[in-house]
Formats: sequence, C-alpha cells, structure tokens
Amino acid sequence: MSTGKHAKTPTSSNAGTRLTGAEILWATLEGEGVSVVFGYPGGAILPAYDALRKFPIRHVLVRHEQGAAHAADGYARASGKVGVAIATSGPGATNLVTGIATAMLDSVPMVCITGQVSSKVLGTDAFQEVDITGITLPVTKHNYVVTRAEDVAPMIREAFLVARSGRPGPVLVDITKDAQQGSAEFDFAAAAPKPHRPHPMLKTESVSVLQAAELIRNAKKPVILAGHGIIQSNAYQQILTLAERMKIPVASTLLGLGAFPASHPLSLGMMGMHGEAWVNHAIQQSDLLIACGMRFDDRVTGTLATYAPNAKKIHIEVDPAEIDKNVKVDIALIGDLKEALEALLPHLPPKPARHESAWLREIEASKGEVAVRDIKNLPDSGHLYAAHVIHDLWRATDGKAIVVTDVGQHQMWEAQYYKHETPRTLITSGGLGTMGFALPAAIGAKIACPDKEVWVVAGDGGFQMTAAELSTAAQEELDLNIAVVNNGYLGMVRQWQEFFYEKNYESSPLRSPDFVKLAEAHGIRGTTVGKRPEVVPAIKTAREHKGPFVINFLVEKEDSVYPMIPAGKALHEMIRRPNHNPLVETAGDK
Amino acid sequence: MLHTFVALVEDRPGVLTRVASLFRRLNINIVSLTVGHSERIGVSRMTIVCEASPTAGHRIAASLYKLENVLQVDDVGQLSHVARELALIKVAATPKTRSQVFELAEVFRARIVDLAPESLMIEITGVESKIEGLIQVLNEAGDRILEISRTGRMVMRRGQHTSRVLEAMRVPGVETVAEFKAEEDSAAPSDLLMADETGL
Repeated sequence: MSTGKHAKTPTSSNAGTRLTGAEILWATLEGEGVSVVFGYPGGAILPAYDALRKFPIRHVLVRHEQGAAHAADGYARASGKVGVAIATSGPGATNLVTGIATAMLDSVPMVCITGQVSSKVLGTDAFQEVDITGITLPVTKHNYVVTRAEDVAPMIREAFLVARSGRPGPVLVDITKDAQQGSAEFDFAAAAPKPHRPHPMLKTESVSVLQAAELIRNAKKPVILAGHGIIQSNAYQQILTLAERMKIPVASTLLGLGAFPASHPLSLGMMGMHGEAWVNHAIQQSDLLIACGMRFDDRVTGTLATYAPNAKKIHIEVDPAEIDKNVKVDIALIGDLKEALEALLPHLPPKPARHESAWLREIEASKGEVAVRDIKNLPDSGHLYAAHVIHDLWRATDGKAIVVTDVGQHQMWEAQYYKHETPRTLITSGGLGTMGFALPAAIGAKIACPDKEVWVVAGDGGFQMTAAELSTAAQEELDLNIAVVNNGYLGMVRQWQEFFYEKNYESSPLRSPDFVKLAEAHGIRGTTVGKRPEVVPAIKTAREHKGPFVINFLVEKEDSVYPMIPAGKALHEMIRRPNHNPLVETAGDK
Repeated sequence: MLHTFVALVEDRPGVLTRVASLFRRLNINIVSLTVGHSERIGVSRMTIVCEASPTAGHRIAASLYKLENVLQVDDVGQLSHVARELALIKVAATPKTRSQVFELAEVFRARIVDLAPESLMIEITGVESKIEGLIQVLNEAGDRILEISRTGRMVMRRGQHTSRVLEAMRVPGVETVAEFKAEEDSAAPSDLLMADETGL
C-alpha cells in the first residue's frame, strides 16, 4: 500500500523510531495507503498540519468541513479506497457531521480525523471543545478518542480496518492536542489491529444455498434486485453470470445503478418511487425476488403490505441486522455477496431457453406502452427539459463519465436517463439524501480518478448549499464539469407540493445568483443554456475546456419526475406523466 | 414481549452509552440493564431486558453485534436459563410492628439486613414475580415502603447436564419456543419450588 519511494516507508521495520503523535498520524495514514486527505485546519489540529510537510500526502483545502467529508466520501465511492477527512475541534468537527451521516447511510468507508482540546481540559467547555464522539455515535460505525501519542497508530489502523470491513462505513478518530504534541515510539507493523472479529451471525449455510438454488431453478418470474452491495463487494461478474445463466431480469436500486450494465437486455433500470413502470410492475408480478446487497429501503418498496405479494424472497446481504428488517424473507444468505454468489452459482445449471421467454416478453410488452409517455420521446416544444439535458449528456459522454449528483428532481432524472454501464460511475447520496453533496463529492471523485471525465449534476438549490467549493475546484485546478439543472425552484419540494399540498408552493421558489457570473468570480468559465439545440455544443465546450466549467441549464420550471409512487403507496399505484402534458401543449408556440 | 439479552462487552469508557444509544435509536425501551465484571478480565457482562415485538430479537442481537465493543450476544429468551433479581426494600416499622414484617420476610426467604428505630431493610433475591409478590403483601399489610432499589434481571444459561438430570429438571436439552413459554409461566423448576414454598 505504501508508495515505497520514501526513505521513511512506515511499512518497513522501523521499530524504535520516536515521532510526535502528529507525525505518527501521517506516517500511519501513509502506511494505510492514503495519498490524499480533504480538510480544514484549526487550533486543535494545528500540530498535525505542522507535521504534514514531512509526508507525501496531498492535502486538499476545502471551504467548509462538510465539503471535506463529502469529498472524502466521493473519493471513496469513486476509488473503492477509504476516504480521509480532517478537521479541527468544535465547529470544525460538527461541520463534518452531515457528511459522516451521508457516508453512514450509504455504507461508504471513510475515516474522519478531528483535533480535540488537550486531554487536561477535556470536559471543561474549553474553547472549541465539543463532544464529537458523543455527537457522531449514532452516525459512525465506531469512533475513538485518542489522548496519548502512543495510541495514535493503533487506533488509526483499527479505524481503517473497521471502516472497510464487513458493511463499510465511516469511523471518526478524535485526537487531543497533547496526543499530537507528545511523542512515542512508532512501529507501523506493531500497531496492526488484531484480526477483525467477524460478525458471528455471518453465515452462508450450505443448506440455505441449496434451498436458494432450488427456488431460483423453479422460479417462473424471477427478478434480481441489484443493490450497492454488488459494487462494495466487487460482485459484478457474479451478478452478470447469475442473470445471464438463468435469464433473470435485473432491477437496480439507486445506489445499485452501474452494478449491472444498463444496456444489457436483462437490465430493467431503477426500481422504486421513481422507477419506470415496467420495473415496479415486474417486481409486483414476480414470484421470486433475489435481493443482492440491498436493504429494502422504503423508497424501493413503497408500502410493505402490498410489496411483491406473490414473490418468495432470497436476501443476500452482509449485514445480519438488515435481514427481515423491512421485508420478511424466505431465505437469507448472510455474508459477502461475491462469496455467497460464488457458492450459489455451481448449483444453477443454465436454464433452457423456452422457460424464461414468457416472463421476459411480459416485461418487454409493458416497456413499449410506457415509452410513449417518455418525455424524451416527445417532440421538441421549444422548452428545455431536464430529461433532455441528461439524455444529451449521456450521449455526448458516451455513457462513460462519472456523474456525481446532488439530491432532488435532477437526481432522479439522472438515474432515469443516464445509462450507467460500469460500477462507480454514479455517485449520489441515496440513504440520507443530502443536498449539497454533489460538488464536494465530485471534487473527491475527480481527485480519485484524475483520468476520468467527471460531471456534477446538481439542482439550483443543492448547488448553492456548497457552492463555496467552486473555490476549491479552482484552487486545485480540477478538470470538473458542472451542470446546474436550474428550474428556479426547490424542484422536488415543489413537485410534492403540487401533488400532495394543493400546489401551495410555500418557500420552494428560489432566486439564484447568475451561476455563470458566480463561476467567473472564482476564475471558472461557464455558460448558460436555455434551448435544446444549445445543449450538446455547451457540453462539448465544457468537455474540451481544461479546468472547471459550469453550465447553467435553464430548464422548464414546473416539470415533475414521472412516474412517481407517493410515499406509503404500493408500487403499482403510481402517478404517471399525463398523456397530454400541459407544459408541452402550452409550448406549441411555433 | 420482553426480550432478555446477555452481552459481553469490553470494559471501557463509553461502552454503556453505545449499548444504551442503540436501544434509543431503535426506539426500544430498556426495562432493565445490569452490568458488572464477568469471569474475564477486561470484559463486562450486561443483562438487558427490553420490551419489543416478538420478531425483534434477531435484529436487536444483530445490531448489538455491530457495535465494535460488543464481544458476544446471547438472546436468552430462547434458552433454558436461571433469572434472578436482587432488591433492597426499606420499610417503615416501629418496634411494635416489626414482627409482622419479619414474618413476611421469612416466608419470602428474604433477609433483614438493617434495623433502625423507625425502619428496617429487607434484602430479597429471586425472579421478578417473587419480588413483586413481597412488595404487594407489604403494601396490603399496611407496611409503608420507604425506598426500593432493584438490580434488574440477571440471567445465566443453564449448564450442560446429563439427560437424566435434565429429565428430572423437566428441562429439554434443546428447548422450543413453546416450551420456553410454558417455562416462563411457571418459572424455572427451582423457582417453582420456591413459589410452592412461598405460596405464590
């Protein structure tokens, strides 16, 4: 993991090296393979910052600690490695909390390091003291307080182990100022944590595997539910094999998009609240759901009372606490998804062709009916729709970009219209739904994958929550493309108000600054697009431009994401795009 | 229904908070929680009793295991076990009324551990129902209870016995849920004996 180029390679035997706690921090991070951290300095973490220059670790200065946490998160999601954020005590630490919770809900491996006041004054309400381990207790996998230099290395190493083991998640290490300033012997190897206690309920029992295989072999209408776990467990090949061998269609969760190629004939697309009608139809009609690395979130199931009423359910999941939590399952394979699938596949001989065709034909038939209502297929009315923007972006980037979205309507349009072929190409806050996530997370993703094209897709609301990070992108000279889908509303709020609150648009209209001028103020180029024919040229300009580029897409103000299953309703009770879209009709001004 | 978990946890600052916080997060009320040293150095033993739906046991145990400081979790609800609770009860009693309290205490096999001019203190050990029973008869007898301190339930699984012993104890080697329910109603065999003696 270490770079190996530096004389002080911590992985080599260096027992007896005496370092300060601050130096041990960086040396341990280097030993854990960390090459970049996202952070913001302050009083209680200054000893660590002072020692940073001695180590080959890049520090990215964000503009707000929330940005540091999201950037570390984006870095982790794009690379599969543990992301690292660093902040000072007090407000620095509390500003991380939203980002930590975001990572927790989406099971992203991350280590957050916070400075803390000296151990001698802990608990005295000293300046910038806050009980950050207490505050983050429910939103971290685990957290630590380090008060002695000799504990820095073992605790940081254990934090990395916890963050990436089992179901990954964020870990916070709070290091007092005197622990950073004190000194101790540093021995990276000796600080290795004891092997991680495996969750004792992890068991992929052979009898369950055989039962699962039998259910799969006998199913007439099976559906694979593809979740984030496939990406976390690197089980893409196994899912592909399972689907192709047994001719099983694959529906994805939001975070599962990319785990199964969208262009594959067996790919159905996203399920749930804003899933296409045929996807949810297939789930409701199914006689066997094979849930892989997903947790039956309420946005996926709708009301549980009527969820997939005829289906047996197999749940393959690494976290035993997820079994039977929302949906009672018939067979649970608890363990690493890839290992479980590898245990399962030998028991599944390829299915003869005649069996599956009826089920796949039924799904295919429902696709055609829906396509008529797809806004993408409606004639150009002179108005610009977000769906058009995303569709054009997908085509222009050949579906190969890493797209980092914010939260709201644009996020759902992205999920519907950008077809992700490979894992780790969609980075989005699913579980927590954190607005302001996109720009800082994209900074992390771009730094993780400098050779890949990275697009931010954000709404005008969420973009302004963390727009200060434009300054970070400019300072780091990141080749980042930023699409603001600007409809002048907090769009998803407005949509809910339209559907469920009698169009009482309370506090959802939004006056924004001129995003192009805002970009210019940061030394970033930008352009505004309001007509469909301008979309592709603008995307082309952004892609060719070196450095950050902002496109302000002025889209239809009162468009909604269709279909939509209202919260608490069944999967088949969806609101569909009206056949005669009033927005399209009023635009008949040609 | 009541669930009882025994958790072996690392003996470190903050571990109790983590365990308690988990139940708070799951919106489950803790009925009782006792914690103390176990037979292993650096390992504490918790007995947690909580009120939750019958199907919640798996999720609670699985969630407890997710805490890094939790070493082992046992959902003893399914298993043959001994459950005990200790209570200290301070009763107002003058020299004239003491003898009545003494009698009640003796029936319940409780001990008088402190005697003052106007009060006495009773120590009682047993299942919760026995302690509730003593409290009830004290109240009905008109003895004013000044203070009660209870430890909450502590449990331990029964050991490995030969089949003949198990048969004599009427404890099947592997219990089913239905059998467990029967046991809960009548308490464990040794408690049955106690209940017979005390007439409860």
